[in-house]
Amino acid sequence: MSEVLTKSTARNIFYGGSLFFFVIFVGLTVHSRHYILTKGTDQAHLTDSVVRGKRVWERNACFDCHTIYGEGARFAPEVGDVFKRWGGETDPAGAHQMIKDWMKAQPSGAQGRRQMPQFNLSEGELDDLADFLAWASRTNTQGWPPRPVKAN
Amino acid sequence: MQYKTQSIAKTYWLGAMLIFAVQLLFGLLGGLVYVMPNLIPVDLLPFNTIRMIHTNALIVWLLLGFFGAAYYLVPEEAEREIYSPKLAYIQFAIFFLGALSAVVGYLFHIYASEARSYLEQPLWVKLGIIVAALIFLFNISMTVLQGRKTAITNVLLLGLWGIAVFFLFSLYNPGNLSEDKMFWWYVVHLWVEGVWELVMASVLAFLMLKMTGVDREVIDKWLYVIVATALFSGILGTGHHYYWIGAPGYWQWIGSIFSSLEVVPFFGMVLFTFSMVWKGRRDHPNKAALLWSLGCSVLAFFGAGVWGFLHTLHGVNFYTHGTQVTAAHGHLAFYGAYVCLNLAIMTYAFPQLYNRAPYNQVLNMVSFWVLSGGVVFMTVSLTFAGVLQTHLERVMGLSYMEAQDQLGLFYIMRLGAGVVTVFGALLFIYSLLVPRSAEAIAPNGAARVSAAE
Repeated sequence: MSEVLTKSTARNIFYGGSLFFFVIFVGLTVHSRHYILTKGTDQAHLTDSVVRGKRVWERNACFDCHTIYGEGARFAPEVGDVFKRWGGETDPAGAHQMIKDWMKAQPSGAQGRRQMPQFNLSEGELDDLADFLAWASRTNTQGWPPRPVKAN
Repeated sequence: MQYKTQSIAKTYWLGAMLIFAVQLLFGLLGGLVYVMPNLIPVDLLPFNTIRMIHTNALIVWLLLGFFGAAYYLVPEEAEREIYSPKLAYIQFAIFFLGALSAVVGYLFHIYASEARSYLEQPLWVKLGIIVAALIFLFNISMTVLQGRKTAITNVLLLGLWGIAVFFLFSLYNPGNLSEDKMFWWYVVHLWVEGVWELVMASVLAFLMLKMTGVDREVIDKWLYVIVATALFSGILGTGHHYYWIGAPGYWQWIGSIFSSLEVVPFFGMVLFTFSMVWKGRRDHPNKAALLWSLGCSVLAFFGAGVWGFLHTLHGVNFYTHGTQVTAAHGHLAFYGAYVCLNLAIMTYAFPQLYNRAPYNQVLNMVSFWVLSGGVVFMTVSLTFAGVLQTHLERVMGLSYMEAQDQLGLFYIMRLGAGVVTVFGALLFIYSLLVPRSAEAIAPNGAARVSAAE
C-alpha cells in the first residue's frame, strides 16, 4: 500500500471526498424539504391545532413507547396510521372520538397487559392530539406500513 | 502518565462509569416491564420514563468517555499539557450536573416541552450541553494548535467538532412531523453513523500505536482510509432513515446503496486492529486493553455492520422497520462500537493514571466475555423476536398486540441476558477501580520472558 497511496493522498481523499458527499447530501436535503412541504405531507392543512397536537405528543414523550412512521420505541403500537386503522377515512369524527376515549380510559389495569399511563389531558389537548394523528395519517409514506389482510 | 493534565481524564471516566451503571439499571427495569408489565405501577414509573433515562444515560456517559479519551490522548499526541485544566473541570461540572439533573427530572416527568427521542433534555440542559461542548472544543483545539499536529488529533478534533455542530439541529423542531424527522436524523444518524466513527477510529488508532508499536506512518494511513470510507458511506447512508417518513422515493435507492457500504469502515477497523497486532513487535503488558480493542472492532463490525446491513435494504426494511429487529441492531451496534471503545481506552489508561502496573487484568478480561456474551445473547433474542414480529404483523396481518403476545419467550431471554450484562459491567468497574495485590490468576513469568525475546 505504501507506494500506491501516500499518507497525504489518503488525507486529501478523506477531506475532499467527505466534503463532496456532504454537499450532495445537503443539496438532496434541500430538495427533500421542498418535496415534504409541497407533496409528501398535507402542509396545506397543517393547522395550529395539528401543531399543538404534535407538542402534546412531544411533551408527554409518547414516542418513548410508541412508534410514528416506525420511529420511536417499540413497546406500544405504531400510531402513524392509527387514524386510518380506526376508520378515519370513512368516519373521521368517529375515529377522532375513539382516540379521545382511548386516552381517557387509560390505564386499563388489565393483568399481563402493558400499561399506558393516564396523561390527564384537557378536552382541547385531546382534540389537538387527534387532529395531529389525523394529519399524520395523510402523509405519503411510500406505502409503509404493510397492512396485509389477516389470513383467517 | 507522561503529562500531569492527563489526569483530567480520570474525573471524566469516573463520572462516565457512574452513569453507565444508571443506564444499565434502567435497561434492566425496561426489560422487566416487558416480562412483567404490572409489576411497577405505571403512575410511578411508566415505560417512557425508563426508556428516556436508559437512552439518555447511554449517550451522556459515552460522550463523557469521549471527552475523557480526548483529555487523555491529546497531551501525548500534541506533546504538551492541556491548555487549561481549570476549564476542563468547569466543563465537567456543567456537563455532569446537567446530565444528572436531566435524569432526576425525568423521574418527576420533567422534560422538554418539545421533546424528541434521545433529545428529551429540557432546553436549559441542551444549552448547558452546548456551553460545555464549546468550552471543551476551545480547550482541546488550543492544546492541539499549540502542539504537535498528528493524524490522530486531526481526525479526533474533526469528529468532536462534528458532534457539537450537528447537535445544534436538536434546537430546530418544526411543526411538520416529516420535516422534523428529516432534521432529527441530522443529529442522530450523523452522530452515530458519521462523526462518532471518527472518534472511534482515532481512539483505536491511538491504542494500536501505543500497544503494538507499529510505525505511526502506517497507522495514520489506515486511519485516513477508514474514516474516508466511514463518511463516504455514512453521509448519504442517512437516506436509509428517509424511506417511510414522507420524503421522496429516491432515498430508497440512495439509502440502500450507501448504507450497505457502511459495513466497509467497520470491516476496515477489524482488518486494521488485527493486522496491527499481527505486525507489531511490542509485547504490551496490558493484555486486557488489547482484548477490548480487538473486541471493539469485531463487535462493532457485527453490531453496526452486519446487523445494520441485515435490514437496511429498502425491500427488507419495508417489512422490518419499527420492529424489534431495529432494537436488536441498536443494542449490539452501540455496545460494539462505542461502549467497547470507551472501556478499551479506560482499561488502557487507568493503570497509567494510577501509576500502577496493569492490575486485575484477569477479572477485566472475564468482564469482557461476560458483558459481551450478555449483549450478544440479548441481540440474538431481540432478533428472533423481531423476525417473528415482522412475519406475524407485516406478513400474516396480526395486530400489534396479537403479535407481541407471541414474543414472550424472547423477552424473557432478553431479560436474562440483561442480568448477565449488568453483572459483567459491575465486574468491569470493580476490576478497574479496586486494586488487588495480585492477579486472580498469576501469569507464568518464565513463559512471558521467552515470549518477549
